[in-house]
Amino acid sequence: MLELQSVYRSWKDFSLNDVSFKVYEGDYFIVLGPSGAGKTLLLEIIAGIFFPYRGRIIWKGKDITFLEPEKRGFAYVPQNYALFPHMTVYENIAYGLEIRKLSEDKISNVVKNIASVLNIEHLLERRPSTLSGGEAQRVAIARGLAIGSKFLLLDEPFANLDPSTTSRLILEMKVWKRELGLTVIHVTHSFEEALLLGDRVGVMLDGRMSQVGSVKEVFSNPRDENIASFLGFENIIEGMANGELLEANGVRIVLPTRYFGRVRIAVRSEDIILSEEPFRSSLRNMLEATVVDVMDIGGLFKVTLDVGGLTLKALVTRSSAVEIGIQPGKKLFAGFKATAVHVFEA
Amino acid sequence: MNKSKRDYFDYLFAGIGSVLIAYVLYPILTLFGEQIVDIGSLLKAFRDEVVLEALRNTLFTSLISTFLALILGVPLGYLLAKREFKGKALVQGIVDLPVVIPHSVVGIMLLLAFSRRILDSYTGIIMVMLFVSVSFVVNSSRDGFLAVDPKLEYVARSLGASKIRVFFTVSLPIAFHSIATGGVMAWARAVSEVGAIMVVAYYPKTAQVVVMEYFNNYGLAASRPIAVILMGLSLGAFALLRALIGRLSKSA
Repeated sequence: MLELQSVYRSWKDFSLNDVSFKVYEGDYFIVLGPSGAGKTLLLEIIAGIFFPYRGRIIWKGKDITFLEPEKRGFAYVPQNYALFPHMTVYENIAYGLEIRKLSEDKISNVVKNIASVLNIEHLLERRPSTLSGGEAQRVAIARGLAIGSKFLLLDEPFANLDPSTTSRLILEMKVWKRELGLTVIHVTHSFEEALLLGDRVGVMLDGRMSQVGSVKEVFSNPRDENIASFLGFENIIEGMANGELLEANGVRIVLPTRYFGRVRIAVRSEDIILSEEPFRSSLRNMLEATVVDVMDIGGLFKVTLDVGGLTLKALVTRSSAVEIGIQPGKKLFAGFKATAVHVFEA
Repeated sequence: MNKSKRDYFDYLFAGIGSVLIAYVLYPILTLFGEQIVDIGSLLKAFRDEVVLEALRNTLFTSLISTFLALILGVPLGYLLAKREFKGKALVQGIVDLPVVIPHSVVGIMLLLAFSRRILDSYTGIIMVMLFVSVSFVVNSSRDGFLAVDPKLEYVARSLGASKIRVFFTVSLPIAFHSIATGGVMAWARAVSEVGAIMVVAYYPKTAQVVVMEYFNNYGLAASRPIAVILMGLSLGAFALLRALIGRLSKSA
Protein backbone atom coordinates (compact mmCIF):
# COMPACT_ATOMS: atom_id res chain seq x y z
CA MET A 1 0.00 0.00 0.00
CA LEU A 2 1.08 3.53 -0.76
CA GLU A 3 -0.06 6.23 1.59
CA LEU A 4 0.36 9.99 1.34
CA GLN A 5 -0.09 11.90 4.57
CA SER A 6 -0.72 15.65 4.41
CA VAL A 7 1.78 16.28 1.62
CA TYR A 8 2.64 19.91 0.91
CA ARG A 9 4.86 21.12 -1.90
CA SER A 10 4.91 23.95 -4.40
CA TRP A 11 6.88 24.09 -7.61
CA LYS A 12 6.69 26.78 -10.29
CA ASP A 13 2.97 27.56 -10.74
CA PHE A 14 1.77 24.39 -9.08
CA SER A 15 1.24 23.43 -5.50
CA LEU A 16 -0.02 20.54 -3.46
CA ASN A 17 -1.91 21.35 -0.34
CA ASP A 18 -2.43 18.82 2.42
CA VAL A 19 -2.80 15.87 0.05
CA SER A 20 -3.67 12.60 1.75
CA PHE A 21 -4.84 9.36 0.21
CA LYS A 22 -4.13 5.63 0.06
CA VAL A 23 -3.62 3.37 -2.89
CA TYR A 24 -4.06 -0.32 -2.14
CA GLU A 25 -2.15 -3.10 -3.77
CA GLY A 26 -3.80 -4.09 -7.05
CA ASP A 27 -5.75 -0.84 -7.24
CA TYR A 28 -6.22 1.04 -10.47
CA PHE A 29 -6.27 4.49 -8.91
CA ILE A 30 -7.29 7.44 -11.04
CA VAL A 31 -6.22 10.96 -10.09
CA LEU A 32 -8.83 13.07 -11.83
CA GLY A 33 -8.60 16.81 -12.15
CA PRO A 34 -8.50 19.75 -14.54
CA SER A 35 -5.17 20.92 -15.93
CA GLY A 36 -3.22 23.02 -13.49
CA ALA A 37 -4.55 21.12 -10.48
CA GLY A 38 -1.08 19.80 -9.62
CA LYS A 39 -1.60 16.22 -10.83
CA THR A 40 1.78 15.93 -12.52
CA LEU A 41 3.57 17.37 -9.50
CA LEU A 42 1.79 14.80 -7.35
CA LEU A 43 3.06 11.98 -9.56
CA GLU A 44 6.59 13.40 -9.53
CA ILE A 45 6.52 13.54 -5.75
CA ILE A 46 5.40 9.91 -5.58
CA ALA A 47 8.21 9.03 -8.02
CA GLY A 48 10.67 10.88 -5.76
CA ILE A 49 11.72 13.53 -8.27
CA PHE A 50 10.60 16.24 -5.87
CA PHE A 51 10.46 15.91 -2.12
CA PRO A 52 7.52 17.30 -0.11
CA TYR A 53 8.06 20.35 2.09
CA ARG A 54 5.79 18.76 4.66
CA GLY A 55 3.98 15.47 5.05
CA ARG A 56 5.02 11.86 4.60
CA ILE A 57 4.88 9.13 2.02
CA ILE A 58 4.60 5.55 3.24
CA TRP A 59 5.20 2.58 0.94
CA LYS A 60 4.60 -0.92 2.25
CA GLY A 61 5.00 0.31 5.80
CA LYS A 62 8.26 2.18 5.18
CA ASP A 63 8.70 5.94 5.19
CA ILE A 64 10.01 6.81 1.69
CA THR A 65 9.35 10.55 1.89
CA PHE A 66 12.97 11.45 1.18
CA LEU A 67 14.10 8.30 -0.58
CA GLU A 68 15.95 8.98 -3.85
CA PRO A 69 13.89 8.05 -6.96
CA GLU A 70 16.44 5.43 -8.07
CA LYS A 71 15.84 3.50 -4.85
CA ARG A 72 12.03 3.42 -5.13
CA GLY A 73 11.64 1.12 -8.12
CA PHE A 74 8.42 2.70 -9.40
CA ALA A 75 7.70 2.61 -13.12
CA TYR A 76 7.21 6.25 -14.04
CA VAL A 77 5.81 7.20 -17.45
CA PRO A 78 5.59 10.95 -18.06
CA GLN A 79 3.10 12.51 -20.42
CA ASN A 80 5.50 12.90 -23.37
CA TYR A 81 6.83 9.33 -22.72
CA ALA A 82 10.41 10.69 -22.45
CA LEU A 83 12.03 7.92 -24.48
CA PHE A 84 15.80 8.37 -24.68
CA PRO A 85 16.26 9.73 -28.21
CA HIS A 86 19.87 8.54 -28.56
CA MET A 87 19.02 4.90 -27.92
CA THR A 88 17.05 2.26 -29.78
CA VAL A 89 13.80 0.90 -28.36
CA TYR A 90 15.73 -2.14 -27.13
CA GLU A 91 18.31 0.04 -25.38
CA ASN A 92 15.54 2.15 -23.85
CA ILE A 93 13.89 -0.90 -22.32
CA ALA A 94 17.25 -2.35 -21.25
CA TYR A 95 18.40 0.88 -19.58
CA GLY A 96 17.21 0.06 -16.08
CA LEU A 97 18.39 -3.54 -16.40
CA GLU A 98 21.93 -2.56 -17.31
CA ILE A 99 22.11 -0.45 -14.17
CA ARG A 100 21.26 -3.60 -12.25
CA LYS A 101 24.28 -5.30 -13.83
CA LEU A 102 22.39 -8.26 -15.27
CA SER A 103 24.09 -10.44 -17.86
CA GLU A 104 23.48 -9.65 -21.54
CA ASP A 105 21.46 -12.86 -21.90
CA LYS A 106 19.28 -12.07 -18.94
CA ILE A 107 18.68 -8.53 -20.16
CA SER A 108 17.78 -9.76 -23.61
CA ASN A 109 15.33 -12.27 -22.10
CA VAL A 110 13.61 -9.70 -19.93
CA VAL A 111 13.36 -7.17 -22.77
CA LYS A 112 11.90 -9.73 -25.18
CA ASN A 113 9.48 -10.95 -22.57
CA ILE A 114 8.03 -7.57 -21.73
CA ALA A 115 8.10 -6.59 -25.41
CA SER A 116 5.95 -9.59 -26.28
CA VAL A 117 3.43 -8.80 -23.53
CA LEU A 118 3.12 -5.20 -24.77
CA ASN A 119 3.18 -6.21 -28.41
CA ILE A 120 6.25 -4.23 -29.45
CA GLU A 121 8.68 -7.02 -30.42
CA HIS A 122 8.83 -5.69 -33.98
CA LEU A 123 9.95 -2.24 -32.79
CA LEU A 124 13.04 -3.20 -30.80
CA GLU A 125 15.62 -1.99 -33.33
CA ARG A 126 13.80 1.26 -34.08
CA ARG A 127 14.69 4.76 -32.89
CA PRO A 128 12.09 6.56 -30.72
CA SER A 129 11.73 9.35 -33.29
CA THR A 130 10.27 6.85 -35.79
CA LEU A 131 7.50 5.60 -33.47
CA SER A 132 3.85 6.59 -33.49
CA GLY A 133 2.35 7.98 -30.28
CA GLY A 134 0.71 4.67 -29.37
CA GLU A 135 3.94 2.75 -30.01
CA ALA A 136 5.97 5.23 -27.95
CA GLN A 137 3.48 4.83 -25.10
CA ARG A 138 3.88 1.04 -25.12
CA VAL A 139 7.67 1.35 -25.16
CA ALA A 140 7.63 3.80 -22.25
CA ILE A 141 5.45 1.45 -20.21
CA ALA A 142 7.66 -1.51 -21.15
CA ARG A 143 10.77 0.39 -20.07
CA GLY A 144 9.24 1.11 -16.67
CA LEU A 145 7.99 -2.43 -16.12
CA ALA A 146 11.22 -4.07 -17.31
CA ILE A 147 12.89 -3.29 -13.98
CA GLY A 148 10.38 -5.61 -12.37
CA SER A 149 8.23 -2.86 -10.98
CA LYS A 150 4.65 -3.72 -10.12
CA PHE A 151 3.79 -0.11 -9.43
CA LEU A 152 3.04 1.98 -12.49
CA LEU A 153 2.74 5.79 -12.48
CA LEU A 154 1.06 7.10 -15.62
CA ASP A 155 0.83 10.81 -16.40
CA GLU A 156 -1.99 11.53 -18.87
CA PRO A 157 -1.11 8.37 -20.80
CA PHE A 158 -3.64 8.95 -23.58
CA ALA A 159 -3.54 12.74 -23.87
CA ASN A 160 -1.49 12.75 -27.07
CA LEU A 161 -3.15 9.80 -28.78
CA ASP A 162 -6.00 9.60 -31.27
CA PRO A 163 -9.33 8.19 -30.02
CA SER A 164 -9.04 4.77 -31.68
CA THR A 165 -5.52 4.19 -30.32
CA THR A 166 -6.76 5.32 -26.93
CA SER A 167 -9.68 2.92 -26.81
CA ARG A 168 -7.45 0.02 -27.89
CA LEU A 169 -4.84 0.88 -25.26
CA ILE A 170 -7.51 1.20 -22.56
CA LEU A 171 -8.65 -2.36 -23.27
CA GLU A 172 -5.07 -3.63 -23.29
CA MET A 173 -4.19 -1.74 -20.14
CA LYS A 174 -6.78 -3.77 -18.26
CA VAL A 175 -5.23 -6.96 -19.56
CA TRP A 176 -1.67 -5.90 -18.68
CA LYS A 177 -2.72 -4.88 -15.21
CA ARG A 178 -4.33 -8.24 -14.58
CA GLU A 179 -1.61 -10.36 -16.21
CA LEU A 180 1.29 -8.57 -14.56
CA GLY A 181 -0.44 -7.95 -11.24
CA LEU A 182 0.10 -4.19 -11.34
CA THR A 183 -0.90 -1.39 -9.05
CA VAL A 184 -1.51 1.74 -11.11
CA ILE A 185 -1.80 5.45 -10.41
CA HIS A 186 -3.14 7.09 -13.53
CA VAL A 187 -3.38 10.86 -13.77
CA THR A 188 -5.95 12.25 -16.18
CA HIS A 189 -8.54 14.93 -16.84
CA SER A 190 -10.76 12.49 -18.74
CA PHE A 191 -13.95 11.19 -17.09
CA GLU A 192 -14.06 8.49 -19.70
CA GLU A 193 -10.69 7.07 -18.63
CA ALA A 194 -11.73 7.30 -14.99
CA LEU A 195 -14.99 5.44 -15.64
CA LEU A 196 -13.45 2.83 -17.93
CA LEU A 197 -10.29 2.03 -15.98
CA GLY A 198 -10.55 3.21 -12.40
CA ASP A 199 -11.23 1.06 -9.39
CA ARG A 200 -10.94 4.10 -7.20
CA VAL A 201 -10.65 7.76 -8.01
CA GLY A 202 -9.27 10.84 -6.30
CA VAL A 203 -10.57 14.18 -7.50
CA MET A 204 -7.87 16.84 -7.48
CA LEU A 205 -8.84 20.49 -7.53
CA ASP A 206 -6.47 23.41 -6.89
CA GLY A 207 -3.74 21.26 -5.40
CA ARG A 208 -6.05 19.44 -3.02
CA MET A 209 -7.28 15.87 -3.07
CA SER A 210 -10.90 16.90 -2.68
CA GLN A 211 -12.53 13.50 -2.62
CA VAL A 212 -11.33 9.92 -2.74
CA GLY A 213 -13.50 6.88 -3.17
CA SER A 214 -14.76 4.23 -5.56
CA VAL A 215 -15.55 5.58 -9.01
CA LYS A 216 -19.27 4.99 -8.54
CA GLU A 217 -19.28 6.71 -5.16
CA VAL A 218 -17.44 9.82 -6.34
CA PHE A 219 -19.38 10.23 -9.57
CA SER A 220 -22.78 9.74 -7.98
CA ASN A 221 -22.08 11.48 -4.70
CA PRO A 222 -19.67 14.38 -5.12
CA ARG A 223 -18.80 15.72 -1.70
CA ASP A 224 -19.08 19.43 -2.43
CA GLU A 225 -20.29 21.74 -5.14
CA ASN A 226 -16.79 22.32 -6.59
CA ILE A 227 -16.37 18.62 -7.19
CA ALA A 228 -19.93 18.43 -8.50
CA SER A 229 -19.35 21.22 -10.98
CA PHE A 230 -16.04 19.68 -12.11
CA LEU A 231 -17.76 16.34 -12.58
CA GLY A 232 -20.34 17.91 -14.84
CA PHE A 233 -23.19 18.69 -12.50
CA GLU A 234 -24.24 21.80 -14.36
CA ASN A 235 -27.17 22.76 -12.20
CA ILE A 236 -26.06 24.06 -8.86
CA ILE A 237 -28.74 25.89 -6.90
CA GLU A 238 -28.62 27.53 -3.51
CA GLY A 239 -31.63 27.83 -1.22
CA MET A 240 -33.17 27.29 2.19
CA ALA A 241 -34.06 23.73 3.16
CA ASN A 242 -36.91 22.98 5.44
CA GLY A 243 -37.22 19.25 5.78
CA GLU A 244 -37.58 17.58 2.40
CA LEU A 245 -38.33 20.85 0.67
CA LEU A 246 -35.88 23.39 -0.68
CA GLU A 247 -37.00 26.88 -1.52
CA ALA A 248 -34.86 28.84 -3.93
CA ASN A 249 -36.11 32.06 -5.51
CA GLY A 250 -39.67 30.96 -4.84
CA VAL A 251 -39.14 27.67 -6.63
CA ARG A 252 -39.75 24.52 -4.58
CA ILE A 253 -37.59 21.45 -5.02
CA VAL A 254 -38.05 18.10 -3.28
CA LEU A 255 -34.89 16.77 -1.65
CA PRO A 256 -33.94 13.08 -1.21
CA THR A 257 -33.98 13.38 2.60
CA ARG A 258 -34.49 16.04 5.24
CA TYR A 259 -32.22 19.06 5.55
CA PHE A 260 -32.49 22.36 7.37
CA GLY A 261 -30.94 25.76 6.72
CA ARG A 262 -28.97 27.07 3.79
CA VAL A 263 -27.83 24.34 1.37
CA ARG A 264 -26.63 23.99 -2.20
CA ILE A 265 -27.92 21.29 -4.47
CA ALA A 266 -26.56 19.87 -7.71
CA VAL A 267 -28.44 18.11 -10.48
CA ARG A 268 -26.88 16.60 -13.59
CA SER A 269 -28.24 18.07 -16.80
CA GLU A 270 -28.86 14.55 -18.17
CA ASP A 271 -31.06 13.76 -15.16
CA ILE A 272 -33.57 16.42 -16.18
CA ILE A 273 -36.46 15.30 -18.37
CA LEU A 274 -38.56 17.69 -20.48
CA SER A 275 -42.19 17.32 -21.46
CA GLU A 276 -44.99 19.43 -22.97
CA GLU A 277 -47.58 17.97 -20.65
CA PRO A 278 -47.37 17.70 -16.85
CA PHE A 279 -45.71 14.40 -15.89
CA ARG A 280 -47.90 11.61 -14.68
CA SER A 281 -44.99 9.50 -13.47
CA SER A 282 -43.37 9.20 -10.05
CA LEU A 283 -41.04 12.17 -10.54
CA ARG A 284 -41.08 14.15 -7.33
CA ASN A 285 -39.95 17.37 -8.95
CA MET A 286 -41.92 18.99 -11.72
CA LEU A 287 -41.23 22.62 -12.55
CA GLU A 288 -42.78 24.97 -15.08
CA ALA A 289 -40.04 26.25 -17.33
CA THR A 290 -39.43 28.49 -20.34
CA VAL A 291 -36.80 27.64 -22.95
CA VAL A 292 -34.16 30.34 -23.14
CA ASP A 293 -31.63 28.77 -25.46
CA VAL A 294 -31.02 25.56 -27.40
CA MET A 295 -27.55 24.43 -28.41
CA ASP A 296 -26.67 21.49 -30.65
CA ILE A 297 -23.69 19.70 -29.14
CA GLY A 298 -23.45 16.88 -31.63
CA GLY A 299 -26.47 14.59 -31.50
CA LEU A 300 -27.58 15.97 -28.15
CA PHE A 301 -29.21 19.31 -27.39
CA LYS A 302 -28.29 21.36 -24.39
CA VAL A 303 -31.39 23.29 -23.39
CA THR A 304 -31.16 26.31 -21.12
CA LEU A 305 -34.34 26.85 -19.13
CA ASP A 306 -35.69 29.62 -16.99
CA VAL A 307 -37.57 28.38 -13.94
CA GLY A 308 -38.99 31.32 -12.05
CA GLY A 309 -35.73 33.22 -12.31
CA LEU A 310 -33.47 30.17 -11.80
CA THR A 311 -31.44 28.82 -14.68
CA LEU A 312 -31.49 25.08 -15.32
CA LYS A 313 -29.67 23.16 -18.00
CA ALA A 314 -31.05 19.95 -19.47
CA LEU A 315 -29.59 17.51 -21.97
CA VAL A 316 -32.06 15.94 -24.43
CA THR A 317 -31.75 13.81 -27.54
CA ARG A 318 -32.40 15.26 -30.97
CA SER A 319 -35.57 13.20 -31.43
CA SER A 320 -37.17 14.30 -28.17
CA ALA A 321 -36.17 17.91 -28.89
CA VAL A 322 -37.98 17.69 -32.24
CA GLU A 323 -40.95 15.84 -30.78
CA ILE A 324 -41.53 18.46 -28.09
CA GLY A 325 -40.71 21.29 -30.52
CA ILE A 326 -38.14 22.89 -28.30
CA GLN A 327 -37.26 26.43 -29.23
CA PRO A 328 -36.63 29.65 -27.32
CA GLY A 329 -39.79 30.98 -25.68
CA LYS A 330 -41.46 27.56 -25.55
CA LYS A 331 -43.16 26.77 -22.25
CA LEU A 332 -42.84 23.22 -20.89
CA PHE A 333 -42.28 21.08 -17.81
CA ALA A 334 -38.91 20.04 -16.43
CA GLY A 335 -38.82 17.00 -14.17
CA PHE A 336 -36.27 15.09 -12.13
CA LYS A 337 -36.25 12.54 -9.35
CA ALA A 338 -35.61 13.59 -5.80
CA THR A 339 -32.73 11.09 -5.79
CA ALA A 340 -31.08 12.98 -8.66
CA VAL A 341 -30.66 15.91 -6.30
CA HIS A 342 -27.27 16.00 -4.54
CA VAL A 343 -27.32 18.15 -1.44
CA PHE A 344 -24.31 19.98 0.01
CA GLU A 345 -24.70 21.65 3.34
CA ALA A 346 -23.18 25.10 3.24
CA MET B 1 1.36 37.89 -57.19
CA ASN B 2 2.25 37.32 -53.60
CA LYS B 3 5.00 34.99 -54.65
CA SER B 4 6.80 37.53 -56.82
CA LYS B 5 6.65 40.06 -53.99
CA ARG B 6 8.21 37.66 -51.59
CA ASP B 7 10.89 36.81 -54.10
CA TYR B 8 11.97 40.45 -54.27
CA PHE B 9 12.21 40.46 -50.51
CA ASP B 10 14.35 37.34 -50.49
CA TYR B 11 16.56 38.67 -53.31
CA LEU B 12 17.14 41.90 -51.41
CA PHE B 13 18.18 40.12 -48.24
CA ALA B 14 20.28 37.59 -50.15
CA GLY B 15 22.01 40.51 -51.87
CA ILE B 16 22.84 42.17 -48.56
CA GLY B 17 24.01 38.84 -47.13
CA SER B 18 26.27 38.23 -50.13
CA VAL B 19 28.18 41.43 -49.39
CA LEU B 20 29.09 39.99 -45.99
CA ILE B 21 30.06 36.60 -47.37
CA ALA B 22 32.23 38.25 -50.03
CA TYR B 23 33.86 40.46 -47.41
CA VAL B 24 34.85 37.42 -45.33
CA LEU B 25 35.97 35.30 -48.27
CA TYR B 26 37.91 37.94 -50.25
CA PRO B 27 40.88 38.39 -47.84
CA ILE B 28 41.12 34.62 -47.29
CA LEU B 29 41.20 33.94 -51.02
CA THR B 30 43.68 36.78 -51.55
CA LEU B 31 45.98 35.32 -48.91
CA PHE B 32 45.98 31.86 -50.48
CA GLY B 33 46.00 33.26 -54.01
CA GLU B 34 49.12 35.33 -53.48
CA GLN B 35 50.82 32.42 -51.78
CA ILE B 36 50.15 30.04 -54.66
CA VAL B 37 51.94 32.43 -57.02
CA ASP B 38 54.87 32.54 -54.59
CA ILE B 39 55.04 28.85 -53.66
CA GLY B 40 58.78 28.99 -52.97
CA SER B 41 58.48 31.07 -49.80
CA LEU B 42 55.87 28.65 -48.47
CA LEU B 43 58.24 25.70 -48.92
CA LYS B 44 60.97 27.72 -47.27
CA ALA B 45 58.74 28.43 -44.28
CA PHE B 46 58.15 24.67 -43.89
CA ARG B 47 61.92 24.24 -43.50
CA ASP B 48 62.21 27.16 -41.03
CA GLU B 49 62.85 25.58 -37.62
CA VAL B 50 61.46 28.68 -35.84
CA VAL B 51 58.17 28.38 -37.70
CA LEU B 52 57.82 24.63 -37.16
CA GLU B 53 58.60 24.93 -33.47
CA ALA B 54 56.03 27.73 -33.18
CA LEU B 55 53.36 25.63 -34.90
CA ARG B 56 54.05 22.76 -32.53
CA ASN B 57 53.74 25.14 -29.57
CA THR B 58 50.44 26.54 -30.80
CA LEU B 59 48.97 23.10 -31.37
CA PHE B 60 50.16 21.76 -28.02
CA THR B 61 49.00 24.72 -25.90
CA SER B 62 45.65 25.16 -27.69
CA LEU B 63 44.76 21.49 -27.29
CA ILE B 64 45.56 21.55 -23.58
CA SER B 65 43.63 24.76 -23.03
CA THR B 66 40.61 23.35 -24.90
CA PHE B 67 40.76 20.18 -22.84
CA LEU B 68 40.87 22.25 -19.64
CA ALA B 69 38.04 24.48 -20.88
CA LEU B 70 35.87 21.38 -21.40
CA ILE B 71 36.72 19.85 -18.02
CA LEU B 72 36.08 23.11 -16.19
CA GLY B 73 33.32 24.54 -18.37
CA VAL B 74 30.90 21.64 -18.92
CA PRO B 75 29.91 21.19 -15.23
CA LEU B 76 29.25 24.91 -14.95
CA GLY B 77 27.23 24.86 -18.16
CA TYR B 78 25.17 22.01 -16.69
CA LEU B 79 24.42 23.91 -13.49
CA LEU B 80 23.51 27.08 -15.40
CA ALA B 81 21.10 25.09 -17.54
CA LYS B 82 19.53 22.84 -14.94
CA ARG B 83 19.54 24.55 -11.58
CA GLU B 84 18.17 27.71 -10.07
CA PHE B 85 20.43 29.31 -7.50
CA LYS B 86 21.15 32.67 -5.94
CA GLY B 87 23.58 34.74 -7.97
CA LYS B 88 22.96 32.75 -11.16
CA ALA B 89 22.74 35.94 -13.24
CA LEU B 90 26.00 37.13 -11.73
CA VAL B 91 27.74 33.85 -12.54
CA GLN B 92 26.41 34.01 -16.10
CA GLY B 93 27.74 37.57 -16.38
CA ILE B 94 31.19 36.50 -15.17
CA VAL B 95 31.23 33.68 -17.70
CA ASP B 96 30.62 36.19 -20.51
CA LEU B 97 33.20 38.65 -19.19
CA PRO B 98 36.33 37.32 -20.97
CA VAL B 99 34.69 37.95 -24.34
CA VAL B 100 34.36 41.69 -23.75
CA ILE B 101 37.78 42.44 -22.18
CA PRO B 102 40.38 43.78 -24.66
CA HIS B 103 43.09 41.18 -25.26
CA SER B 104 46.05 43.25 -24.13
CA VAL B 105 44.18 43.97 -20.90
CA VAL B 106 43.65 40.22 -20.39
CA GLY B 107 47.40 39.74 -20.62
CA ILE B 108 48.17 42.53 -18.16
CA MET B 109 45.53 41.27 -15.69
CA LEU B 110 46.88 37.73 -15.77
CA LEU B 111 50.43 38.96 -15.25
CA LEU B 112 49.34 41.13 -12.32
CA ALA B 113 47.38 38.32 -10.76
CA PHE B 114 49.82 35.46 -11.23
CA SER B 115 53.04 37.49 -11.59
CA ARG B 116 56.28 36.07 -12.90
CA ARG B 117 55.24 32.47 -12.29
CA ILE B 118 53.47 32.46 -15.65
CA LEU B 119 55.74 34.86 -17.56
CA ASP B 120 57.22 33.37 -20.72
CA SER B 121 56.09 29.80 -20.09
CA TYR B 122 53.77 27.20 -21.57
CA THR B 123 51.65 27.62 -18.46
CA GLY B 124 51.27 31.31 -19.28
CA ILE B 125 50.18 30.61 -22.86
CA ILE B 126 47.69 27.95 -21.76
CA MET B 127 46.26 30.24 -19.07
CA VAL B 128 45.75 33.03 -21.58
CA MET B 129 44.08 30.68 -24.04
CA LEU B 130 41.84 29.24 -21.34
CA PHE B 131 40.83 32.72 -20.17
CA VAL B 132 39.77 33.94 -23.59
CA SER B 133 38.06 30.73 -24.74
CA VAL B 134 36.24 29.22 -21.79
CA SER B 135 33.05 31.29 -22.32
CA PHE B 136 32.38 29.41 -25.56
CA VAL B 137 32.43 26.03 -23.82
CA VAL B 138 30.27 27.13 -20.88
CA ASN B 139 27.68 28.83 -23.06
CA SER B 140 27.34 26.15 -25.68
CA SER B 141 27.23 23.34 -23.15
CA ARG B 142 24.62 25.31 -21.22
CA ASP B 143 22.55 25.57 -24.41
CA GLY B 144 23.04 21.87 -25.04
CA PHE B 145 21.88 20.89 -21.55
CA LEU B 146 18.92 23.28 -21.76
CA ALA B 147 17.70 21.26 -24.73
CA VAL B 148 17.69 18.03 -22.68
CA ASP B 149 14.11 17.44 -21.52
CA PRO B 150 14.17 17.20 -17.70
CA LYS B 151 11.64 14.36 -17.95
CA LEU B 152 14.33 12.20 -19.58
CA GLU B 153 16.49 12.68 -16.51
CA TYR B 154 13.54 12.04 -14.17
CA VAL B 155 12.72 8.79 -15.92
CA ALA B 156 16.36 7.67 -15.93
CA ARG B 157 16.50 8.18 -12.17
CA SER B 158 13.23 6.35 -11.59
CA LEU B 159 14.77 3.46 -13.55
CA GLY B 160 17.56 3.26 -11.00
CA ALA B 161 20.27 5.61 -12.28
CA SER B 162 22.15 7.85 -9.86
CA LYS B 163 22.51 11.55 -10.70
CA ILE B 164 26.03 11.05 -12.01
CA ARG B 165 24.98 8.08 -14.12
CA VAL B 166 22.09 10.07 -15.59
CA PHE B 167 24.56 12.80 -16.48
CA PHE B 168 26.88 10.45 -18.37
CA THR B 169 24.26 8.21 -20.01
CA VAL B 170 21.48 10.67 -20.81
CA SER B 171 22.31 14.38 -20.45
CA LEU B 172 25.86 14.34 -21.85
CA PRO B 173 25.16 12.22 -24.96
CA ILE B 174 22.14 14.34 -25.88
CA ALA B 175 24.04 17.61 -25.32
CA PHE B 176 27.17 16.23 -27.03
CA HIS B 177 26.73 18.09 -30.29
CA SER B 178 26.48 21.48 -28.59
CA ILE B 179 29.38 20.79 -26.25
CA ALA B 180 31.66 19.59 -29.04
CA THR B 181 30.79 22.61 -31.14
CA GLY B 182 31.68 24.79 -28.15
CA GLY B 183 34.97 22.92 -27.86
CA VAL B 184 35.80 23.58 -31.49
CA MET B 185 34.95 27.27 -31.07
CA ALA B 186 37.11 27.44 -27.94
CA TRP B 187 40.01 25.77 -29.74
CA ALA B 188 39.69 28.17 -32.69
CA ARG B 189 39.60 31.08 -30.28
CA ALA B 190 42.74 29.80 -28.50
CA VAL B 191 44.63 29.45 -31.78
CA SER B 192 43.65 32.96 -32.85
CA GLU B 193 44.65 34.70 -29.62
CA VAL B 194 47.76 36.86 -29.93
CA GLY B 195 47.49 40.11 -27.98
CA ALA B 196 47.35 38.64 -24.50
CA ILE B 197 49.92 35.96 -25.36
CA MET B 198 52.44 38.60 -26.45
CA VAL B 199 52.03 40.32 -23.08
CA VAL B 200 52.24 37.17 -20.94
CA ALA B 201 54.44 34.77 -22.89
CA TYR B 202 56.30 36.01 -25.95
CA TYR B 203 58.43 32.88 -25.46
CA PRO B 204 58.12 30.00 -26.05
CA LYS B 205 57.05 31.38 -29.42
CA THR B 206 53.66 30.34 -30.78
CA ALA B 207 52.75 30.53 -34.47
CA GLN B 208 50.52 33.53 -33.98
CA VAL B 209 53.37 35.41 -32.25
CA VAL B 210 55.78 34.46 -35.04
CA VAL B 211 53.36 35.86 -37.64
CA MET B 212 53.38 39.19 -35.78
CA GLU B 213 57.13 39.11 -35.31
CA TYR B 214 57.90 38.42 -38.98
CA PHE B 215 55.42 41.11 -39.99
CA ASN B 216 57.03 43.67 -37.69
CA ASN B 217 60.61 42.75 -38.56
CA TYR B 218 60.51 41.68 -42.21
CA GLY B 219 57.18 42.95 -43.56
CA LEU B 220 54.03 41.60 -45.15
CA ALA B 221 55.62 39.21 -47.65
CA ALA B 222 57.69 37.47 -44.98
CA SER B 223 54.78 36.92 -42.59
CA ARG B 224 52.41 35.67 -45.31
CA PRO B 225 53.63 32.06 -45.62
CA ILE B 226 53.29 31.48 -41.87
CA ALA B 227 49.88 33.10 -41.94
CA VAL B 228 48.89 30.73 -44.73
CA ILE B 229 50.10 27.68 -42.82
CA LEU B 230 48.30 28.76 -39.64
CA MET B 231 45.18 29.54 -41.61
CA GLY B 232 45.31 26.24 -43.48
CA LEU B 233 45.73 24.27 -40.27
CA SER B 234 42.89 26.11 -38.54
CA LEU B 235 40.49 25.76 -41.46
CA GLY B 236 41.42 22.11 -41.98
CA ALA B 237 41.01 21.20 -38.34
CA PHE B 238 37.79 23.20 -38.11
CA ALA B 239 36.23 21.45 -41.11
CA LEU B 240 37.43 18.03 -39.96
CA LEU B 241 36.11 18.43 -36.42
CA ARG B 242 32.76 19.74 -37.57
CA ALA B 243 32.34 16.82 -39.94
CA LEU B 244 33.32 14.42 -37.16
CA ILE B 245 30.92 15.98 -34.66
CA GLY B 246 28.15 15.86 -37.23
CA ARG B 247 28.70 12.16 -37.84
CA LEU B 248 29.10 11.26 -34.15
CA SER B 249 25.97 13.02 -33.02
CA LYS B 250 24.00 11.50 -35.88
CA SER B 251 25.01 7.98 -34.88
CA ALA B 252 24.78 8.67 -31.15
